[in-house]
Amino acid sequence: MNTKWKSHMGIVLTYLVLLFMVVISIYPILWVIGSSLNPGTSLFSSSLIPQNATLKHYIWLFTSSDSQYVTWYLNTLKIAVINSLISILLTTATAYAFSRYRFIGRKHGLMAFLILQMFPSLMAMVAFYVLLNMVNLLDTHWGLILIYAGGQIPFNTWLVKGFFDTIPRGLDEAAKIDGAGHNTIFFRIMLPLAKPIVAVVALFNFITPMTDFLLPQIILTSSEKQTLAVGLFSFINEQFGKNFTQFAAGAVLIAIPIAVVFIALQRYFISGLTTGATKG
Amino acid sequence: MEAKFNPKPENGCFLRASRIAAALSVLSMGLGQLYNGQWIKGICFFVLQFCYIGLFFEFLNVGLWGIVTLGTSVEHGDHSIMLLAQGIISLLVIALGLLFYVLNVRDAYKVGLMRESGEKPPTIAKTYQNVTDQGYPYLLITPSLVLLVFVVLFPLLFMVLIAFTNYDLYHSPPAKLVDWVGFNNFFNLFGSELWRNSFISVFQWTVVWTLISTTVQFGLGLFLAILINQKQVKFKRFFRTVLILPWAVPAFVSILVFSGMFDEHFGPINQMLNSVGIESIPWMVDPFWSKIAILLIQFWLGFPFSLALCTGVLQGIPADLYEAAKVDGATAWQKFRQITLPLVLYATAPVLITQYAYNFNNFNVIYLFNKGGPPVPGQTAGGTDILISWVYKLTFDVYKYNYAAAVSIMIAMVVMGFAVYQFRRLRSFQEEDMIQ
Repeated sequence: MNTKWKSHMGIVLTYLVLLFMVVISIYPILWVIGSSLNPGTSLFSSSLIPQNATLKHYIWLFTSSDSQYVTWYLNTLKIAVINSLISILLTTATAYAFSRYRFIGRKHGLMAFLILQMFPSLMAMVAFYVLLNMVNLLDTHWGLILIYAGGQIPFNTWLVKGFFDTIPRGLDEAAKIDGAGHNTIFFRIMLPLAKPIVAVVALFNFITPMTDFLLPQIILTSSEKQTLAVGLFSFINEQFGKNFTQFAAGAVLIAIPIAVVFIALQRYFISGLTTGATKG
Repeated sequence: MEAKFNPKPENGCFLRASRIAAALSVLSMGLGQLYNGQWIKGICFFVLQFCYIGLFFEFLNVGLWGIVTLGTSVEHGDHSIMLLAQGIISLLVIALGLLFYVLNVRDAYKVGLMRESGEKPPTIAKTYQNVTDQGYPYLLITPSLVLLVFVVLFPLLFMVLIAFTNYDLYHSPPAKLVDWVGFNNFFNLFGSELWRNSFISVFQWTVVWTLISTTVQFGLGLFLAILINQKQVKFKRFFRTVLILPWAVPAFVSILVFSGMFDEHFGPINQMLNSVGIESIPWMVDPFWSKIAILLIQFWLGFPFSLALCTGVLQGIPADLYEAAKVDGATAWQKFRQITLPLVLYATAPVLITQYAYNFNNFNVIYLFNKGGPPVPGQTAGGTDILISWVYKLTFDVYKYNYAAAVSIMIAMVVMGFAVYQFRRLRSFQEEDMIQ
């Protein structure tokens, strides 16, 4: 009887803790949604449940001549899509070579990638600036894309290589015996089999430009080339609290699509990371 | 070259075909190949060599001069930083040239060996086939490699070299020249009291921040994963989905939202505290409370990832382990200490290490919350600055590029420490990988 009572208490406590964490997790999200619907513009007037809810800040973002939100959104989408495509090509090709071929420098290359992926790109900001200045890519989207695409190679190569390693070697060897060339094996056999991990890499590289604000802030100088993250940051950085509700509306519009896609795909992330962890 | 040589296997003779071919190739690229009778390949190498020299000679000349002197006169338009960059690229181009040079000598030597053993040197068609077949992996990695050299390797070299110059606001091209100063930046960083104090306090907080934020976010995630994983708990899917939300929202959005919520006067957190009779807490202007706020935010941002990760591991632990423990009369705590924790830690260790490394350099949460503030008298960094956000300020606020680079090198050393750990785990895996 006593132990039964104890276990009931345990369950009640468990639910209490979980509910508490649920509140903590969603309160900030609900609060920012609430703020975005508030009629006022300042932080002072924002509250969780707005009194006269209005969509005027959303309308302002899209229609006001003062707002560059649509431009920023399109810039970000363009950078994200191109970056995603280039990154997939570079990363899968490299990972395939590391997974299936034995060549000079393979082992050292893998080690180097492991170290390189740990360096924060922030350390090299000045160098990026100088480099892009030399090749006249400063203040262009292509300059930004090249840096994103290059910087992601070490980490994602490990991720994709881990996946390729789990695909049985017999498959490509059989294809080779049937007379398939290198390119056929790679594009027609390996890539289709690696779809899940390709999706993860695509998504990682799609999200990075949407959420990174540091690199675009340094590389893109003109405001009509800016990305969403920098734009939103400047919204509240310049006069904090003044534009808070407009910022909130802009933030909600970028957070919702990302969150939806993320939740739909999160189990791939986890399995990708843990296979990466146990398989190397 | 003058003596006509008879290419027959003559062991013990010093003038063997392989050695002559290699020696000729050392003299000039392609000569060894011509000697071996591979006309087309030889001519290709020979021409390639002159193209390289013709194309790069001027660039390399300026680059090497530039990296040594960093420019001698502003009047002539010498831009020290551009010269430094050109110098680094020159070194990379030379490395590439040397690689081809070595390959050319090796090729001549190998074909020479083949001739000694009486084989015919491969024809150009055969060579082409070899290159496309054996060379396929190189073909695959070349684009990545080129990009990596420019986007990752070049910036790292550049940063390391800047740490040994006096590049700052007062020595800034094009108006002024930059000079090499050896280890002076490191001496100054620890020599003057102002800088030493700043460095020590930033470093201490960085370590404390890394340890607390990562450990708590992981512990919290593990704790919640265990709670949800209990058999009696219902709505598992609901809890898992909702608790993952903080991870799904882009971090920069959440951090900015939090900096609104923690606002001293109008933020909902202080309003809530006021309504239960607690006075407003100076989250933004007091260093201690700023640190607390940033830690709380990072717990919120970080726990869902650990929760998801640990859930995966927990579901993989065989149930009979717990059954056996139950038969032995183990308490819940014993089961956790002896079964769950070791297994979870074993499976997640590499990811956990990456998390420590990540938080060590977690610029976003520090900078977006209150720009590493508040300012602290007697030092050059703000109250919540960690090393990486300090580097940012040194670079973009006070233009002390040289100090920023020196601090970056110290960050790099810590990062290498994390990498060494990963290495050692990897080695066992790699040997197994080689057998496959």
